[in-house]
Amino acid sequence: MSATGGNLGLAARGLGAIEPAPDRKKRRASRRRRPRLWRVTIFVLAAIYFIGPQLAAFKFSLVLSSGKYGLGNYGQIVQNSALRDALFTSLEISAITAVVVVVLVLPTVVWIRLRAPKLTLLLEGITILPIVIPPVVLAAGLEQLEGHSPQWLVSLVFNHALTGLTPFYVILALPFSYRAIDTGVRAIDLRTLVDASRSLGSSSFSTLTRVILPNVQTAVLGAVFLTVALCLGEVVIANILLYVTFPVEIIQVGQETGPGVQVAVSILSLLFVFGLLFALSFLAGRKRGATSTRLI
Amino acid sequence: MIFLGLPLYSVIHGAFTTDGGVLTFQNFSTTFSSAADMSAFKNSLLIGLWTALLGAGLGTWLAAAVLAGNPGGLVQRVVSSASGVLAYFAGVPLAFAWIATLGSTGVATVLLQHIGINLYSGGFTIASLTGLALAYTYFQIPLMVILITPALEGLRPQWEEAAQSLGASKLSYMRHVAIPVLTPAFVGATLILFGNAFSAYATALALTGGTIAIVPTQINEALNGNVIANQDRVGLALGVEMIVVVAFVMIGYWMVQSRARRWLQ
Repeated sequence: MSATGGNLGLAARGLGAIEPAPDRKKRRASRRRRPRLWRVTIFVLAAIYFIGPQLAAFKFSLVLSSGKYGLGNYGQIVQNSALRDALFTSLEISAITAVVVVVLVLPTVVWIRLRAPKLTLLLEGITILPIVIPPVVLAAGLEQLEGHSPQWLVSLVFNHALTGLTPFYVILALPFSYRAIDTGVRAIDLRTLVDASRSLGSSSFSTLTRVILPNVQTAVLGAVFLTVALCLGEVVIANILLYVTFPVEIIQVGQETGPGVQVAVSILSLLFVFGLLFALSFLAGRKRGATSTRLI
Repeated sequence: MIFLGLPLYSVIHGAFTTDGGVLTFQNFSTTFSSAADMSAFKNSLLIGLWTALLGAGLGTWLAAAVLAGNPGGLVQRVVSSASGVLAYFAGVPLAFAWIATLGSTGVATVLLQHIGINLYSGGFTIASLTGLALAYTYFQIPLMVILITPALEGLRPQWEEAAQSLGASKLSYMRHVAIPVLTPAFVGATLILFGNAFSAYATALALTGGTIAIVPTQINEALNGNVIANQDRVGLALGVEMIVVVAFVMIGYWMVQSRARRWLQ
């Protein structure tokens, strides 16, 4: 079923798409492929500044508490049950958040692009808010709310990390996801797709799931990965509200096991998220040529 | 909006009332007369300003260097994925990478000692404002790359060709076309960077264990009563003051953003 949707989408895009971008980029690339001094300089600087600390961290993580070198710190990660529990909590939150975010954002983006393009500017402004609103203030507000809530609400919502954090992580993840999915939707010929699908008699829901979704799946995947990254990384709200999530546990684990394990977990988690996004960039590149490798 | 608005309302409401619910400005005057709070504000503003300027400059340079390369090439993929990781995820893991590098037993610290430079006797610590700024820049540059790349992509090669055919040199193209077109987007992105550093707390929490005097630390301490008990509302007042600063940043952003749209996109 979804294959037909995809084909329909592809066909419609072939009809309506005028894409000057690839040509332009190719020209730009062939003209400027020679490495220049200003480019080499910043790449070297960036490499030292960004890779240096990671290498240092890796060497640091190999030093055991006994002073010898070895992979012991990495072994301890697997054995540490507190860390494992916290990771599972965070993964659960991430999964639920990601699903909710996609269900909320995709229809909104499509609706705004089709019906209310004037709202684009407003929404882009709103999507900046969670970057700049201090999470510590949000957490302070939540703590106040928790203090003034009736008992049934506390035991229903705030007593568990899953129910207490997920709604707010959805809010934090909305803007990033909105940007990611909006970039994807902008790249397809939305109106033609929707008209074609309607003229074949499909409902709004099946247009959304069978025509639009297959066409923007890379962008949706991008939104999902960013949401997962955000949920796995958010520490301020969880810390103030005293929930033990993965990053909170990374901070706490050092007190029992020494900094080696902390650094080892940090490297692994960075590599994990980097791997997600890097793999996604290949998916995006394969689907649409070189034009939309930018996900974020 | 409800989930964002409700906590903010409860912060603002709490900051302006006493425990009995009476309207008061006492909480605000407490923060303004507290030397610790004021120096925390100064530190937060300084760190926001410096890391925003540094991140904006280097980030634009890096983004331009990446864009001039092979589109869809390995460099572009690595930089865009790495930017996503560092800008959105990396708070805590990043702090530990820096501790491993420049902490008192960090790799770089020890290496520098071998060649005769002792960072720590020179008064440097990773938990200082300089150390924190160094770590913040590590996520500010990637965020700038993410924010400025669309604007740089919007520069049409035709403009450069047109300028050249009218006899402009590379430098005068930059001066009269590229820089004026990019300025609003650049200023907007820099403002976002400022807001981001001003309100960030995760890295500081992990890096210093919450000892450095920036505003989020003061709020956290006031709420948890680490220093003096019953300071909740003073913490909320600090929160409102942060929101005011951020609101100014956002107004500035919206103003330049409408200018940025004139040529790009």
